[in-house]
Amino acid sequence: MQNQVLLDPTAELSPGSRQLQPRLEKIAGATIGLLDISKPRGKEFLDEVAGQLEAMGASVKRYSKPTFARVAPLDLNQKISSECDAVIEGLAD
Amino acid sequence: MNSSPSFTLVVKKACPTCTLIEPVIAQLADSVDLRVYVQDDPSFLSDMKNIIDDTELEFSYQNQIEIVPTLIRDQGDGSTQRIEGWDRAQWQSFTALEDLGQDIAAFKPGCGSLTLEPGMEEKLALRFGSDALHARRLELAESEDMIEACYERGWTDGLPVVPPTPLRVVRMLAATELDPDEIIGSVPPDYIACSVEKIAINAVLAGCKPEYLPTVIAVVRAALQDAFCMHGLLCTTYFSSPVVIVNGPVARAIGMNSGINALGQGNRANGTIGRALQLIIRNVGGGRPGGIDRATLGNPGKYTFCFSEDESDPDWSSLAMDRGYQREDSVVSLFAGDGVQPVMDQLSRTPESLARSMAASLRSVAHVKRFGMADAILVVCPEHRRVLKEGGWSKDRLKQAIFDELMTPGTELLPGVDGMSEGMPDKLKDKLLNKFRDDGLHIVTAGGTAGMFSAIISGWVASGDKGSQLVSQIVQ
Repeated sequence: MQNQVLLDPTAELSPGSRQLQPRLEKIAGATIGLLDISKPRGKEFLDEVAGQLEAMGASVKRYSKPTFARVAPLDLNQKISSECDAVIEGLAD
Repeated sequence: MNSSPSFTLVVKKACPTCTLIEPVIAQLADSVDLRVYVQDDPSFLSDMKNIIDDTELEFSYQNQIEIVPTLIRDQGDGSTQRIEGWDRAQWQSFTALEDLGQDIAAFKPGCGSLTLEPGMEEKLALRFGSDALHARRLELAESEDMIEACYERGWTDGLPVVPPTPLRVVRMLAATELDPDEIIGSVPPDYIACSVEKIAINAVLAGCKPEYLPTVIAVVRAALQDAFCMHGLLCTTYFSSPVVIVNGPVARAIGMNSGINALGQGNRANGTIGRALQLIIRNVGGGRPGGIDRATLGNPGKYTFCFSEDESDPDWSSLAMDRGYQREDSVVSLFAGDGVQPVMDQLSRTPESLARSMAASLRSVAHVKRFGMADAILVVCPEHRRVLKEGGWSKDRLKQAIFDELMTPGTELLPGVDGMSEGMPDKLKDKLLNKFRDDGLHIVTAGGTAGMFSAIISGWVASGDKGSQLVSQIVQ
Protein backbone atom coordinates (compact mmCIF):
# COMPACT_ATOMS: atom_id res chain seq x y z
CA MET A 1 0.00 0.00 0.00
CA GLN A 2 2.56 2.56 1.15
CA ASN A 3 5.66 0.61 0.13
CA GLN A 4 6.95 2.93 -2.51
CA VAL A 5 6.25 6.30 -0.94
CA LEU A 6 8.91 8.08 1.09
CA LEU A 7 8.54 11.20 3.18
CA ASP A 8 11.06 13.88 2.35
CA PRO A 9 13.51 14.38 5.25
CA THR A 10 14.88 17.64 3.83
CA ALA A 11 13.87 21.28 3.95
CA GLU A 12 12.24 20.70 0.54
CA LEU A 13 14.20 23.53 -1.03
CA SER A 14 15.04 21.51 -4.12
CA PRO A 15 12.72 19.63 -6.48
CA GLY A 16 11.61 16.19 -5.38
CA SER A 17 12.67 14.51 -8.57
CA ARG A 18 16.29 13.55 -9.10
CA GLN A 19 18.38 16.23 -10.68
CA LEU A 20 20.58 16.06 -13.77
CA GLN A 21 24.31 16.22 -13.24
CA PRO A 22 25.66 19.75 -13.65
CA ARG A 23 26.23 20.59 -17.33
CA LEU A 24 29.64 21.62 -18.67
CA GLU A 25 30.07 25.36 -18.64
CA LYS A 26 32.39 25.37 -21.65
CA ILE A 27 33.73 22.89 -24.16
CA ALA A 28 37.20 24.38 -24.51
CA GLY A 29 39.62 22.66 -22.17
CA ALA A 30 37.22 19.88 -21.23
CA THR A 31 37.92 16.21 -21.72
CA ILE A 32 35.01 14.61 -23.50
CA GLY A 33 34.53 10.89 -23.88
CA LEU A 34 32.86 9.45 -26.95
CA LEU A 35 31.31 6.08 -26.31
CA ASP A 36 30.69 3.88 -29.31
CA ILE A 37 28.12 1.27 -28.38
CA SER A 38 29.38 -0.93 -31.23
CA LYS A 39 26.56 -0.52 -33.68
CA PRO A 40 27.34 -0.17 -37.39
CA ARG A 41 28.47 3.27 -38.58
CA GLY A 42 28.84 4.52 -35.02
CA LYS A 43 32.54 5.08 -35.65
CA GLU A 44 31.94 7.38 -38.65
CA PHE A 45 29.42 9.42 -36.74
CA LEU A 46 31.66 9.77 -33.69
CA ASP A 47 34.69 10.60 -35.88
CA GLU A 48 32.77 13.63 -37.08
CA VAL A 49 31.70 14.58 -33.53
CA ALA A 50 35.32 14.22 -32.39
CA GLY A 51 36.54 16.53 -35.14
CA GLN A 52 34.03 19.20 -34.22
CA LEU A 53 34.76 18.96 -30.49
CA GLU A 54 38.51 19.20 -31.07
CA ALA A 55 37.93 22.25 -33.23
CA MET A 56 36.16 23.79 -30.22
CA GLY A 57 39.18 23.17 -28.01
CA ALA A 58 38.15 19.97 -26.24
CA SER A 59 40.29 16.92 -25.90
CA VAL A 60 38.50 13.76 -26.90
CA LYS A 61 38.89 10.21 -25.64
CA ARG A 62 37.30 7.29 -27.47
CA TYR A 63 35.68 4.26 -25.85
CA SER A 64 33.56 1.42 -27.08
CA LYS A 65 31.27 -1.11 -25.50
CA PRO A 66 32.06 -4.77 -26.26
CA THR A 67 28.49 -5.27 -27.47
CA PHE A 68 25.52 -2.98 -27.90
CA ALA A 69 23.26 -5.73 -26.51
CA ARG A 70 24.46 -5.39 -22.94
CA VAL A 71 24.96 -2.50 -20.57
CA ALA A 72 28.48 -1.13 -20.40
CA PRO A 73 30.78 -3.11 -18.11
CA LEU A 74 31.49 -1.50 -14.74
CA ASP A 75 35.21 -1.03 -15.41
CA LEU A 76 34.39 0.87 -18.61
CA ASN A 77 31.96 3.15 -16.73
CA GLN A 78 34.57 3.79 -14.06
CA LYS A 79 37.28 4.46 -16.65
CA ILE A 80 35.11 7.00 -18.46
CA SER A 81 33.96 8.76 -15.28
CA SER A 82 37.51 9.03 -13.97
CA GLU A 83 39.02 10.25 -17.24
CA CYS A 84 36.35 12.57 -18.65
CA ASP A 85 34.39 15.68 -17.75
CA ALA A 86 31.48 14.59 -19.94
CA VAL A 87 30.53 11.73 -22.21
CA ILE A 88 28.63 11.53 -25.48
CA GLU A 89 27.15 8.19 -26.36
CA GLY A 90 26.35 7.17 -29.93
CA LEU A 91 23.11 5.34 -29.26
CA ALA A 92 21.63 4.07 -32.50
CA ASP A 93 22.60 2.98 -36.00
CA MET B 1 -41.72 12.63 16.21
CA ASN B 2 -39.94 10.57 18.78
CA SER B 3 -38.29 7.87 16.66
CA SER B 4 -37.25 4.53 18.06
CA PRO B 5 -33.50 3.95 18.47
CA SER B 6 -31.37 2.24 15.84
CA PHE B 7 -28.55 -0.14 16.68
CA THR B 8 -25.13 -0.88 15.28
CA LEU B 9 -23.21 -3.98 16.24
CA VAL B 10 -19.52 -4.68 15.62
CA VAL B 11 -18.39 -8.31 15.67
CA LYS B 12 -15.68 -10.63 14.45
CA LYS B 13 -16.09 -14.28 13.60
CA ALA B 14 -12.93 -15.29 15.44
CA CYS B 15 -14.46 -14.09 18.71
CA PRO B 16 -16.25 -16.93 20.59
CA THR B 17 -18.55 -14.42 22.24
CA CYS B 18 -19.63 -13.09 18.86
CA THR B 19 -20.41 -16.61 17.62
CA LEU B 20 -22.18 -17.42 20.89
CA ILE B 21 -24.57 -14.50 20.39
CA GLU B 22 -25.42 -15.38 16.78
CA PRO B 23 -29.04 -16.21 17.74
CA VAL B 24 -29.22 -12.96 19.66
CA ILE B 25 -28.14 -11.04 16.59
CA ALA B 26 -30.82 -12.76 14.54
CA GLN B 27 -33.40 -11.94 17.20
CA LEU B 28 -32.27 -8.31 17.28
CA ALA B 29 -32.40 -8.01 13.50
CA ASP B 30 -36.02 -9.12 13.55
CA SER B 31 -36.98 -6.67 16.28
CA VAL B 32 -35.03 -3.44 15.80
CA ASP B 33 -33.25 -1.38 13.16
CA LEU B 34 -29.85 -3.09 13.17
CA ARG B 35 -26.66 -2.89 11.14
CA VAL B 36 -23.83 -5.31 11.81
CA TYR B 37 -20.19 -4.63 10.95
CA VAL B 38 -17.98 -7.72 10.65
CA GLN B 39 -14.25 -7.13 11.18
CA ASP B 40 -12.72 -10.35 9.93
CA ASP B 41 -14.82 -12.67 7.80
CA PRO B 42 -17.55 -11.20 5.59
CA SER B 43 -19.16 -14.62 5.29
CA PHE B 44 -20.05 -14.48 9.00
CA LEU B 45 -23.78 -13.87 9.38
CA SER B 46 -24.01 -13.45 5.63
CA ASP B 47 -27.52 -14.90 5.50
CA MET B 48 -28.75 -11.91 7.47
CA LYS B 49 -29.59 -8.48 6.11
CA ASN B 50 -27.65 -5.29 6.85
CA ILE B 51 -24.34 -7.13 7.29
CA ILE B 52 -21.49 -4.81 6.40
CA ASP B 53 -17.95 -5.86 5.54
CA ASP B 54 -15.56 -3.94 7.82
CA THR B 55 -12.44 -5.95 7.00
CA GLU B 56 -10.76 -2.64 6.13
CA LEU B 57 -11.64 -1.66 9.73
CA GLU B 58 -12.65 1.84 8.74
CA PHE B 59 -15.90 1.86 10.73
CA SER B 60 -14.23 0.19 13.71
CA TYR B 61 -11.38 2.70 13.65
CA GLN B 62 -13.55 5.76 13.20
CA ASN B 63 -15.81 4.64 16.05
CA GLN B 64 -12.95 3.65 18.35
CA ILE B 65 -14.13 0.09 18.84
CA GLU B 66 -12.01 -1.66 21.49
CA ILE B 67 -14.04 -4.80 22.25
CA VAL B 68 -16.17 -7.09 20.12
CA PRO B 69 -19.05 -7.39 20.32
CA THR B 70 -19.84 -3.71 20.79
CA LEU B 71 -23.47 -2.69 20.53
CA ILE B 72 -24.10 0.99 19.84
CA ARG B 73 -27.51 2.55 20.36
CA ASP B 74 -28.36 5.68 18.38
CA GLN B 75 -31.25 7.57 19.91
CA GLY B 76 -31.84 9.54 16.76
CA ASP B 77 -31.21 12.79 18.60
CA GLY B 78 -27.46 12.77 18.10
CA SER B 79 -26.64 10.89 21.27
CA THR B 80 -25.29 7.34 21.31
CA GLN B 81 -24.51 4.85 24.01
CA ARG B 82 -22.59 1.60 23.78
CA ILE B 83 -22.14 -1.67 25.63
CA GLU B 84 -19.39 -4.24 25.16
CA GLY B 85 -19.20 -8.02 25.51
CA TRP B 86 -22.28 -10.14 26.27
CA ASP B 87 -24.28 -9.62 29.42
CA ARG B 88 -27.85 -10.81 28.92
CA ALA B 89 -29.50 -8.57 31.48
CA GLN B 90 -27.59 -5.56 30.26
CA TRP B 91 -28.45 -6.24 26.60
CA GLN B 92 -32.13 -6.80 27.47
CA SER B 93 -32.29 -3.49 29.23
CA PHE B 94 -30.23 -1.69 26.54
CA THR B 95 -32.48 -2.93 23.71
CA ALA B 96 -35.75 -3.00 25.71
CA LEU B 97 -36.18 -6.61 24.53
CA GLU B 98 -37.04 -8.61 27.62
CA ASP B 99 -36.65 -12.06 26.11
CA LEU B 100 -33.33 -11.42 24.35
CA GLY B 101 -30.85 -14.30 24.48
CA GLN B 102 -32.80 -16.52 26.84
CA ASP B 103 -31.30 -19.71 25.41
CA ILE B 104 -27.60 -18.93 25.76
CA ALA B 105 -25.23 -18.37 28.64
CA ALA B 106 -26.04 -15.23 30.60
CA PHE B 107 -22.59 -13.71 30.45
CA LYS B 108 -19.41 -13.91 28.38
CA PRO B 109 -16.83 -11.14 28.06
CA GLY B 110 -15.87 -10.01 24.57
CA CYS B 111 -12.56 -10.13 22.69
CA GLY B 112 -10.20 -7.37 21.60
CA SER B 113 -11.10 -5.47 18.44
CA LEU B 114 -8.85 -6.09 15.43
CA THR B 115 -8.13 -2.37 15.42
CA LEU B 116 -6.03 -2.91 18.54
CA GLU B 117 -3.77 -5.62 17.11
CA PRO B 118 -0.10 -4.69 17.52
CA GLY B 119 1.01 -2.21 14.89
CA MET B 120 -2.52 -1.82 13.50
CA GLU B 121 -3.35 1.51 15.05
CA GLU B 122 -0.69 3.43 13.13
CA LYS B 123 -1.66 1.73 9.87
CA LEU B 124 -5.28 2.72 10.38
CA ALA B 125 -4.38 6.23 11.43
CA LEU B 126 -2.45 6.56 8.20
CA ARG B 127 -5.32 5.17 6.14
CA PHE B 128 -8.36 6.71 7.77
CA GLY B 129 -7.18 9.30 10.28
CA SER B 130 -6.91 12.95 9.50
CA ASP B 131 -3.46 12.98 7.96
CA ALA B 132 -1.13 14.81 10.31
CA LEU B 133 1.89 14.38 8.04
CA HIS B 134 2.87 17.34 5.93
CA ALA B 135 6.25 16.39 4.52
CA ARG B 136 6.49 16.09 0.77
CA ARG B 137 5.67 12.58 -0.43
CA LEU B 138 8.04 11.18 -3.01
CA GLU B 139 6.66 8.34 -5.08
CA LEU B 140 9.18 5.85 -6.33
CA ALA B 141 8.88 3.65 -9.37
CA GLU B 142 8.17 0.04 -8.50
CA SER B 143 11.58 -0.96 -9.83
CA GLU B 144 13.45 1.49 -7.59
CA ASP B 145 15.29 0.20 -4.57
CA MET B 146 14.27 2.38 -1.65
CA ILE B 147 17.69 2.48 0.01
CA GLU B 148 19.36 3.40 -3.27
CA ALA B 149 16.69 6.06 -3.80
CA CYS B 150 17.69 7.60 -0.46
CA TYR B 151 21.33 7.66 -1.55
CA GLU B 152 20.49 9.21 -4.89
CA ARG B 153 18.59 12.00 -3.21
CA GLY B 154 21.56 12.81 -1.02
CA TRP B 155 19.87 11.97 2.27
CA THR B 156 22.58 9.77 3.73
CA ASP B 157 25.88 10.24 5.49
CA GLY B 158 27.43 7.57 3.30
CA LEU B 159 25.98 4.64 5.21
CA PRO B 160 22.60 3.15 4.31
CA VAL B 161 19.53 4.69 5.89
CA VAL B 162 16.16 3.23 6.76
CA PRO B 163 13.71 4.45 4.08
CA PRO B 164 11.27 6.87 5.74
CA THR B 165 7.94 5.38 4.71
CA PRO B 166 4.81 7.10 6.06
CA LEU B 167 4.07 4.09 8.28
CA ARG B 168 7.52 4.17 9.88
CA VAL B 169 7.21 7.91 10.45
CA VAL B 170 3.75 7.57 12.00
CA ARG B 171 5.09 4.88 14.33
CA MET B 172 8.02 7.13 15.24
CA LEU B 173 5.71 10.06 15.95
CA ALA B 174 3.56 7.90 18.22
CA ALA B 175 6.45 8.03 20.70
CA THR B 176 5.94 11.71 21.45
CA GLU B 177 2.96 13.69 22.61
CA LEU B 178 4.20 16.70 20.70
CA ASP B 179 2.25 17.79 17.66
CA PRO B 180 4.05 16.79 14.45
CA ASP B 181 3.75 20.41 13.31
CA GLU B 182 5.41 21.85 16.39
CA ILE B 183 8.56 23.74 15.49
CA ILE B 184 11.53 22.83 17.65
CA GLY B 185 13.82 25.51 16.28
CA SER B 186 15.72 26.72 13.24
CA VAL B 187 18.41 24.36 12.02
CA PRO B 188 21.61 25.84 10.63
CA PRO B 189 23.20 26.47 8.26
CA ASP B 190 20.10 27.33 6.22
CA TYR B 191 18.10 28.13 9.40
CA ILE B 192 15.14 26.04 8.39
CA ALA B 193 12.23 25.76 10.83
CA CYS B 194 12.38 22.17 11.97
CA SER B 195 9.14 20.42 12.89
CA VAL B 196 8.76 17.38 15.10
CA GLU B 197 7.74 15.56 11.91
CA LYS B 198 11.06 16.33 10.19
CA ILE B 199 12.92 15.16 13.28
CA ALA B 200 10.89 11.95 13.22
CA ILE B 201 11.62 11.37 9.52
CA ASN B 202 15.34 11.79 10.10
CA ALA B 203 15.17 9.59 13.20
CA VAL B 204 13.71 6.88 10.96
CA LEU B 205 16.51 7.45 8.45
CA ALA B 206 19.09 7.14 11.23
CA GLY B 207 17.65 3.82 12.38
CA CYS B 208 16.15 5.00 15.68
CA LYS B 209 13.48 3.05 17.48
CA PRO B 210 10.42 5.18 18.27
CA GLU B 211 11.29 5.08 21.97
CA TYR B 212 14.45 7.09 21.21
CA LEU B 213 12.48 10.01 19.73
CA PRO B 214 12.08 12.07 22.92
CA THR B 215 15.85 11.86 23.41
CA VAL B 216 16.48 12.84 19.79
CA ILE B 217 14.17 15.84 20.18
CA ALA B 218 16.06 16.90 23.32
CA VAL B 219 19.34 16.52 21.44
CA VAL B 220 18.04 18.79 18.67
CA ARG B 221 16.85 21.36 21.21
CA ALA B 222 20.28 21.29 22.83
CA ALA B 223 22.08 21.64 19.51
CA LEU B 224 19.99 24.71 18.71
CA GLN B 225 20.80 26.49 21.96
CA ASP B 226 22.70 29.65 21.14
CA ALA B 227 25.54 28.72 23.50
CA PHE B 228 26.26 25.58 21.49
CA CYS B 229 26.97 27.55 18.30
CA MET B 230 25.93 24.78 15.93
CA HIS B 231 26.37 26.92 12.85
CA GLY B 232 29.95 27.81 13.63
CA LEU B 233 30.71 24.26 14.65
CA LEU B 234 29.47 23.04 11.30
CA CYS B 235 31.40 25.61 9.30
CA THR B 236 34.73 25.21 11.00
CA THR B 237 37.78 23.79 9.30
CA TYR B 238 38.56 22.19 12.69
CA PHE B 239 37.69 18.55 13.49
CA SER B 240 34.88 19.07 15.95
CA SER B 241 31.27 18.08 15.81
CA PRO B 242 28.52 17.35 18.36
CA VAL B 243 29.28 14.73 21.01
CA VAL B 244 26.13 13.62 22.83
CA ILE B 245 26.18 12.38 26.43
CA VAL B 246 22.99 11.01 27.95
CA ASN B 247 22.36 10.90 31.70
CA GLY B 248 19.56 9.64 33.86
CA PRO B 249 16.77 7.07 33.69
CA VAL B 250 16.13 7.45 29.96
CA ALA B 251 19.59 6.12 29.14
CA ARG B 252 18.81 2.87 30.94
CA ALA B 253 15.23 2.75 29.69
CA ILE B 254 16.28 2.78 26.05
CA GLY B 255 19.22 0.48 26.60
CA MET B 256 22.14 2.83 25.97
CA ASN B 257 25.66 1.60 26.50
CA SER B 258 27.84 3.22 29.14
CA GLY B 259 30.01 0.14 29.68
CA ILE B 260 32.30 -1.96 27.52
CA ASN B 261 33.10 -0.11 24.29
CA ALA B 262 30.87 2.82 25.34
CA LEU B 263 32.50 5.14 22.82
CA GLY B 264 32.48 2.51 20.10
CA GLN B 265 30.07 0.67 17.87
CA GLY B 266 27.41 -1.90 18.53
CA ASN B 267 24.60 -0.24 20.50
CA ARG B 268 21.59 0.87 18.51
CA ALA B 269 20.57 3.76 20.75
CA ASN B 270 24.11 5.15 21.04
CA GLY B 271 24.64 4.80 17.31
CA THR B 272 21.38 6.11 15.97
CA ILE B 273 20.65 9.01 18.33
CA GLY B 274 23.94 10.67 17.48
CA ARG B 275 23.41 9.90 13.83
CA ALA B 276 19.90 11.37 13.83
CA LEU B 277 21.30 14.77 14.84
CA GLN B 278 23.90 14.63 12.08
CA LEU B 279 21.24 13.73 9.50
CA ILE B 280 18.99 16.58 10.68
CA ILE B 281 21.86 19.04 10.24
CA ARG B 282 22.49 17.56 6.80
CA ASN B 283 18.95 17.19 5.52
CA VAL B 284 16.95 19.90 7.28
CA GLY B 285 19.71 22.44 7.82
CA GLY B 286 21.48 21.75 4.53
CA GLY B 287 24.91 21.32 6.14
CA ARG B 288 27.05 19.10 3.96
CA PRO B 289 30.76 18.36 3.71
CA GLY B 290 32.34 20.56 1.08
CA GLY B 291 29.36 22.91 1.29
CA ILE B 292 29.05 24.77 4.57
CA ASP B 293 30.92 22.00 6.40
CA ARG B 294 34.52 23.00 5.67
CA ALA B 295 36.37 20.56 7.95
CA THR B 296 39.95 19.96 6.89
CA LEU B 297 39.88 16.38 8.12
CA GLY B 298 36.71 15.95 10.17
CA ASN B 299 36.53 13.00 12.50
CA PRO B 300 34.75 9.64 12.52
CA GLY B 301 32.39 10.94 15.22
CA LYS B 302 30.69 13.00 12.54
CA TYR B 303 28.76 9.87 11.62
CA THR B 304 27.65 9.58 15.23
CA PHE B 305 29.18 10.22 18.65
CA CYS B 306 26.78 9.48 21.46
CA PHE B 307 27.08 7.53 24.70
CA SER B 308 25.65 7.42 28.19
CA GLU B 309 27.46 7.89 31.48
CA ASP B 310 28.08 5.04 33.92
CA GLU B 311 26.04 6.20 36.90
CA SER B 312 26.39 2.99 38.89
CA ASP B 313 28.44 4.61 41.66
CA PRO B 314 26.15 6.67 43.88
CA ASP B 315 29.13 8.50 45.39
CA TRP B 316 30.15 10.04 42.09
CA SER B 317 28.14 12.84 40.61
CA SER B 318 27.09 12.55 36.99
CA LEU B 319 27.81 15.12 34.32
CA ALA B 320 24.15 16.19 34.51
CA MET B 321 24.41 16.63 38.29
CA ASP B 322 27.56 18.70 37.80
CA ARG B 323 25.39 20.86 35.56
CA GLY B 324 22.74 21.35 38.25
CA TYR B 325 20.29 18.56 37.44
CA GLN B 326 19.12 15.79 39.74
CA ARG B 327 20.10 12.14 39.53
CA GLU B 328 16.53 11.25 38.50
CA ASP B 329 16.44 13.76 35.64
CA SER B 330 16.94 12.50 32.12
CA VAL B 331 19.33 14.91 30.47
CA VAL B 332 21.26 15.14 27.23
CA SER B 333 24.43 17.20 27.05
CA LEU B 334 26.16 18.26 23.85
CA PHE B 335 29.83 19.01 23.57
CA ALA B 336 31.68 20.29 20.52
CA GLY B 337 34.38 17.66 20.41
CA ASP B 338 36.43 15.46 18.19
CA GLY B 339 38.52 12.35 18.43
CA VAL B 340 39.31 10.10 21.35
CA GLN B 341 42.79 10.30 22.81
CA PRO B 342 43.83 7.64 25.31
CA VAL B 343 45.16 8.21 28.81
CA MET B 344 46.91 4.92 29.52
CA ASP B 345 48.01 4.62 33.11
CA GLN B 346 48.23 1.09 34.45
CA LEU B 347 50.66 1.79 37.28
CA SER B 348 49.22 4.68 39.28
CA ARG B 349 47.74 3.53 42.58
CA THR B 350 47.29 6.97 44.11
CA PRO B 351 45.00 9.77 42.94
CA GLU B 352 47.96 12.17 42.93
CA SER B 353 49.91 10.08 40.43
CA LEU B 354 46.88 9.38 38.28
CA ALA B 355 45.86 13.06 38.21
CA ARG B 356 49.35 13.96 37.02
CA SER B 357 49.10 11.40 34.21
CA MET B 358 45.74 12.75 33.18
CA ALA B 359 46.95 16.34 33.30
CA ALA B 360 50.04 15.53 31.24
CA SER B 361 47.87 13.92 28.58
CA LEU B 362 45.38 16.79 28.66
CA ARG B 363 48.19 19.24 28.01
CA SER B 364 48.26 18.11 24.39
CA VAL B 365 44.62 19.00 23.68
CA ALA B 366 44.70 21.03 20.42
CA HIS B 367 48.41 21.81 20.95
CA VAL B 368 50.71 21.54 23.94
CA LYS B 369 51.38 25.26 23.83
CA ARG B 370 47.81 26.42 23.21
CA PHE B 371 45.98 27.25 26.46
CA GLY B 372 42.39 28.31 27.09
CA MET B 373 41.32 27.59 23.53
CA ALA B 374 39.80 24.12 23.55
CA ASP B 375 37.62 22.61 26.25
CA ALA B 376 37.82 18.88 26.90
CA ILE B 377 35.89 15.98 28.32
CA LEU B 378 37.83 13.53 30.45
CA VAL B 379 36.16 10.11 30.34
CA VAL B 380 37.30 8.36 33.50
CA CYS B 381 37.19 4.59 33.19
CA PRO B 382 35.87 2.50 36.12
CA GLU B 383 39.33 1.26 37.17
CA HIS B 384 40.70 4.78 37.31
CA ARG B 385 37.59 5.86 39.22
CA ARG B 386 38.36 3.10 41.72
CA VAL B 387 41.90 4.43 42.25
CA LEU B 388 40.53 7.93 42.79
CA LYS B 389 37.81 6.76 45.16
CA GLU B 390 40.13 4.55 47.18
CA GLY B 391 42.27 7.62 47.68
CA GLY B 392 39.22 9.52 48.88
CA TRP B 393 39.01 11.83 45.87
CA SER B 394 35.86 13.29 44.36
CA LYS B 395 35.41 14.51 40.82
CA ASP B 396 35.87 18.10 41.99
CA ARG B 397 39.14 17.28 43.67
CA LEU B 398 40.38 15.54 40.53
CA LYS B 399 39.46 18.54 38.42
CA GLN B 400 41.21 20.93 40.79
CA ALA B 401 44.35 18.76 40.86
CA ILE B 402 44.45 18.68 37.06
CA PHE B 403 44.01 22.46 36.91
CA ASP B 404 46.80 22.96 39.45
CA GLU B 405 49.06 20.61 37.53
CA LEU B 406 48.45 22.40 34.24
CA MET B 407 49.03 25.98 35.44
CA THR B 408 51.91 27.14 33.30
CA PRO B 409 53.89 30.40 33.08
CA GLY B 410 53.23 32.27 29.86
CA THR B 411 56.92 32.39 29.12
CA GLU B 412 56.90 28.63 28.51
CA LEU B 413 54.14 28.91 25.95
CA LEU B 414 55.38 31.72 23.72
CA PRO B 415 55.87 31.21 20.00
CA GLY B 416 59.32 29.81 19.36
CA VAL B 417 59.71 28.15 22.76
CA ASP B 418 60.80 24.52 22.40
CA GLY B 419 61.50 25.18 18.75
CA MET B 420 57.83 25.48 17.84
CA SER B 421 56.40 28.58 16.24
CA GLU B 422 52.93 27.80 17.59
CA GLY B 423 52.16 29.31 20.98
CA MET B 424 50.35 31.91 23.05
CA PRO B 425 50.49 35.64 22.31
CA ASP B 426 53.43 37.58 23.71
CA LYS B 427 51.15 39.78 25.85
CA LEU B 428 50.48 36.76 28.10
CA LYS B 429 54.11 36.12 28.88
CA ASP B 430 53.89 37.42 32.46
CA LYS B 431 50.72 35.49 33.31
CA LEU B 432 50.22 32.10 34.86
CA LEU B 433 47.91 30.34 32.42
CA ASN B 434 45.46 27.48 32.86
CA LYS B 435 45.14 24.96 30.09
CA PHE B 436 41.36 25.12 30.37
CA ARG B 437 38.70 27.72 31.01
CA ASP B 438 37.16 27.47 34.49
CA ASP B 439 34.17 25.66 32.97
CA GLY B 440 36.22 24.02 30.25
CA LEU B 441 36.96 20.58 31.64
CA HIS B 442 34.10 18.10 32.03
CA ILE B 443 34.51 14.76 33.75
CA VAL B 444 32.29 11.78 32.97
CA THR B 445 32.60 8.08 33.75
CA ALA B 446 32.15 5.35 31.19
CA GLY B 447 33.72 2.16 29.98
CA GLY B 448 34.22 -1.49 30.80
CA THR B 449 35.37 -2.59 34.22
CA ALA B 450 38.68 -3.99 32.93
CA GLY B 451 41.40 -1.67 31.68
CA MET B 452 43.12 1.35 33.17
CA PHE B 453 42.40 3.37 30.07
CA SER B 454 40.61 6.67 30.37
CA ALA B 455 39.97 8.95 27.42
CA ILE B 456 40.15 12.57 26.43
CA ILE B 457 37.58 13.96 24.03
CA SER B 458 39.19 17.20 23.02
CA GLY B 459 37.03 20.15 22.14
CA TRP B 460 36.76 22.78 19.47
CA VAL B 461 39.45 25.46 19.52
CA ALA B 462 36.64 27.99 19.61
CA SER B 463 35.38 26.86 23.01
CA GLY B 464 33.65 29.23 25.40
CA ASP B 465 31.81 32.50 24.89
CA LYS B 466 33.39 33.09 21.51
CA GLY B 467 32.29 29.72 20.22
CA SER B 468 30.71 26.66 21.75
CA GLN B 469 29.99 25.70 25.32
CA LEU B 470 28.69 22.42 26.66
CA VAL B 471 24.88 22.62 26.76
CA SER B 472 22.29 20.43 28.45
CA GLN B 473 18.63 19.77 27.90
CA ILE B 474 16.01 17.78 29.81
CA VAL B 475 14.46 14.84 27.95
CA GLN B 476 10.69 15.23 28.19
